[in-house]
Amino acid sequence: MSEPLTCDVVVVGAGMVGAACALYAAREGLAVTVVDRGPVAGGTTGAGEGNLLVSDKAPGPELELALLSNRLWAEVAQDLGKPVEYEAKGGLVVAGTPETASGLREFAAAQRAAGVTAEPVPADRLRDLEPHLAPGLAGGVHYPQDAQVMPALAAAHLLRASGARLLTGREATRVLRAPDGAVCGVRTDRGDLHAPAVVNAAGTWGGELAARAGVSLPVLPRRGFVLVTEPLPPRIRHKVYAADYVADVASDSAALQTSPVVEGTTAGPVLIGASRERVGFDRSLSLPAVRALAAGATRLFPFLAGVRAMRTYMGFRPYLPDHLPAIGPDPRAPGLYHACGHEGAGIGLATGTGLLIAQSLTGRTAALDLTPFRPDRFPPRAADLTRRTGAPSAEAEEAEQ
Amino acid sequence: MNPLERAGARPGPAFTVTFDGRRIEALPGRTVAAVLWAAGITAWRSTRGGGRPRGVFCGIGVCFDCLVTVNGRPNQRACLVPARPGDVIRTQEGTGHAD
Amino acid sequence: MRTDLAVIGAGPAGLAASLAAAARGVRVALVDAAPEPGGQFHRQPAAGLRARRPEALHHQWRTWIRLRDGLAASSVRLLAEHHVWCVERTSDGLTVHALLGPDEEEPAEVHATAVLLATGGYETVLPFPGWTLPGVVTAGGAQAMLKGGLVVPGPTAVVAGTGPLLLPVATGLAAAGVQVAALVESAGPGRLPRHVRSLAGKFPEGAGYAARLLRHRVPFLARHTVVRAHGDDRLTGVTVAALDAHGRVRPGTERHLPCDTLAVGHGMLPHTDLAEGLGCRLDGLTVAVDGEQRTDVPGVWAAGEATGVGGAALALAEGHIAGRSIAARLRGTAPDPGQWAPAARARARMRRSAAALDAVYAPPARWTDRVTDDTVVCRCEEVTAGAVREALTLGAGDARTVKLLTRAGMGWCQGRMCGPAVAGLAGCGPTPSRRPFARPVPLGVLAEQHTEEGHS
Repeated sequence: MSEPLTCDVVVVGAGMVGAACALYAAREGLAVTVVDRGPVAGGTTGAGEGNLLVSDKAPGPELELALLSNRLWAEVAQDLGKPVEYEAKGGLVVAGTPETASGLREFAAAQRAAGVTAEPVPADRLRDLEPHLAPGLAGGVHYPQDAQVMPALAAAHLLRASGARLLTGREATRVLRAPDGAVCGVRTDRGDLHAPAVVNAAGTWGGELAARAGVSLPVLPRRGFVLVTEPLPPRIRHKVYAADYVADVASDSAALQTSPVVEGTTAGPVLIGASRERVGFDRSLSLPAVRALAAGATRLFPFLAGVRAMRTYMGFRPYLPDHLPAIGPDPRAPGLYHACGHEGAGIGLATGTGLLIAQSLTGRTAALDLTPFRPDRFPPRAADLTRRTGAPSAEAEEAEQ
Repeated sequence: MNPLERAGARPGPAFTVTFDGRRIEALPGRTVAAVLWAAGITAWRSTRGGGRPRGVFCGIGVCFDCLVTVNGRPNQRACLVPARPGDVIRTQEGTGHAD
Repeated sequence: MRTDLAVIGAGPAGLAASLAAAARGVRVALVDAAPEPGGQFHRQPAAGLRARRPEALHHQWRTWIRLRDGLAASSVRLLAEHHVWCVERTSDGLTVHALLGPDEEEPAEVHATAVLLATGGYETVLPFPGWTLPGVVTAGGAQAMLKGGLVVPGPTAVVAGTGPLLLPVATGLAAAGVQVAALVESAGPGRLPRHVRSLAGKFPEGAGYAARLLRHRVPFLARHTVVRAHGDDRLTGVTVAALDAHGRVRPGTERHLPCDTLAVGHGMLPHTDLAEGLGCRLDGLTVAVDGEQRTDVPGVWAAGEATGVGGAALALAEGHIAGRSIAARLRGTAPDPGQWAPAARARARMRRSAAALDAVYAPPARWTDRVTDDTVVCRCEEVTAGAVREALTLGAGDARTVKLLTRAGMGWCQGRMCGPAVAGLAGCGPTPSRRPFARPVPLGVLAEQHTEEGHS
């Protein structure tokens, strides 16, 4: 046991969200310690594509958070420069049929009213934006605000920029609470960390960490596969996906859903996401999932049929039943703040989440209404606590771009 | 004694392939890598980052260092692919894909 | 096609298992990527070269003849040029997914009740300045090109690294007319006599290597290492130096050896991708098996280097046991291990001697000291040692996070070449990587299978 360390706030989780919380908290002058049982970016952050999307979000609290985060990402990228591989490449959502195209246009109109830049693209202009797109598509919408970062690098560099003390390979076994119920630190397998505030940025493990603080938060995993191709010259310029993707993201179904999200990377490989299925923490390869991804991607970009997939990897998106993250103070445990449950959007929503957490920690007015993100909005169920015990063995696979 | 003599090889008649436009002789059965080695050529790829020359490394298809373009198809492992009469073998630059 | 047993890999383990199982009435499909059976150890000259004395460059020739003739006389169906990329568990058994060579664009499937993974191994090479120059090849690669293509890369070679493979590679190249300027072995000279005894147990003709080195006038530099390979666009020579007992270069011992070829290796690693994909438990870097060579996944056996690197004779014993176990289990009976007692005794003895060899031939302790920051570590993605070290300062404590932060291991070879080096630079032991695709697969092949499923 090393001697107890004292700081203003302990962030549990050295992924993208934890890194952003550390950065904004440190900018408020707080002394931050980040603790993670694994390395930096060892969970879902290391398994994602680094999407910073506004295009896939319907008007509502998540879109507001995405727009805030989008602005903050541009600032962060300017501060940190090249290493995070920020690229404001824009998104292109395409529709295969006239019906989908008209639904997409309506969706885009509502987004525009909420402040999103969404430019309809007629069928005959799609190939101006993406010369290798399949012929015969019905139309699309261009979203210039969509961007991307390399998530593992972004998490590592935000952590470094925050100046926070980083303790990796150290598991938070309990959130310490004073007799009056207030949070007073974290017990780890290598000593206690004392702090009046603890931020739960533990991703898919967030439900378990909440339980270790004595509160319930029903975070569940939703598995996703990504296919990675051989390196190619730049052929795909935007994040390109089919309009069905939006429906899949919002879906409650446990069954496998795949709608292709295809994008090139500066390193050369093309990334193809994103399957979604609720199978617990099952880490085995699902050939049906990767076949469906390949089929979807080659339908959008026929030239990909002759391109080799070098690898596939998986990750687990942490989601909450209403598909909104938990952000802000937990009234059931004073001093405990949650920043988890972002599902597949954690990279994109990290900056806004970090700012909101920092504002909560310092008692400032939050930039957004936190009510929809309240961590105690779910009815407690005993089953949640027992079901998750032992489950979070997940260490997500590595991502790349 | 060279390896062909040592193993008592009596290969069938040699055929011709080209490497970057140059005609070279190939013995039947040999892989593209073996044909190039026999012609004194040890590099047939330049890397996509540093433009550095590469050729055979593992020799058994694991390392992908010997990637080469054969008859317009890029990313062939020279150590696995048999040479065939008339093959047009080209140094592979970068990803091997034009664009 | 459908069969009782699909054996993946036609090297010694796969051949022995196929013959043992087929002799007991099992329908066997023997699947291998190469055009001819034999694996790396019994790699034969390409048929078109019509070699009349292939034995001149080979080891264990009589064993090979027995396996070859046994295969020809058996009911085993050989599926050559099948590059297996995945083995899938299905509701009624196991499906082996392959791509047909040499183009690897056409898919093929084998449906089987049981699968034996006899996937062999590949060579580890630890990086040093200049190791990416053309002319630097793996020791096993030089041997494969020689055995299969009857070709050598140039007139003068240095053979270097550590391990029992270096001796046959040096003598093989010398026998093929290459001037071998030195055999550079990082293990100490005091260990050589013990090593030759172990080797004699492993390859019965092994004890003759020392004599052959002498005959070909190959200088043997024990406790030496190659510190740098020289050349601009291709290898022109190497600097070798003596090591002290702690693995450090002894100052003043560096000397230059001109050569056009450097055959270098630091031991072997097993191919475990298919086993990993099936969910088989690994024991460190190797597939965990029981006394019958069964993995913990029902219907899946493993034998040979995949279960622990130990050479061809050990692979034969393991394959034989696996084949007999599979034959019994497929009949629904428990096998009687007494029937394979001699093979089991040989297996135990050879596993012990393999462990002893591993201890002798560990890479020199301080090898990472000699990897300069500008040395490329990941050959595919051209990631330098300096970039790996920078990632460690960013909070990467393990090889996987180094990969995420640098791309080391994300290229064509999927980290097979740089994995041990990255782990070493990160200061942690090597761990198996997950590679759900054992080799690259065209997206079109995957996409077409999606359509087929829709109709079945």
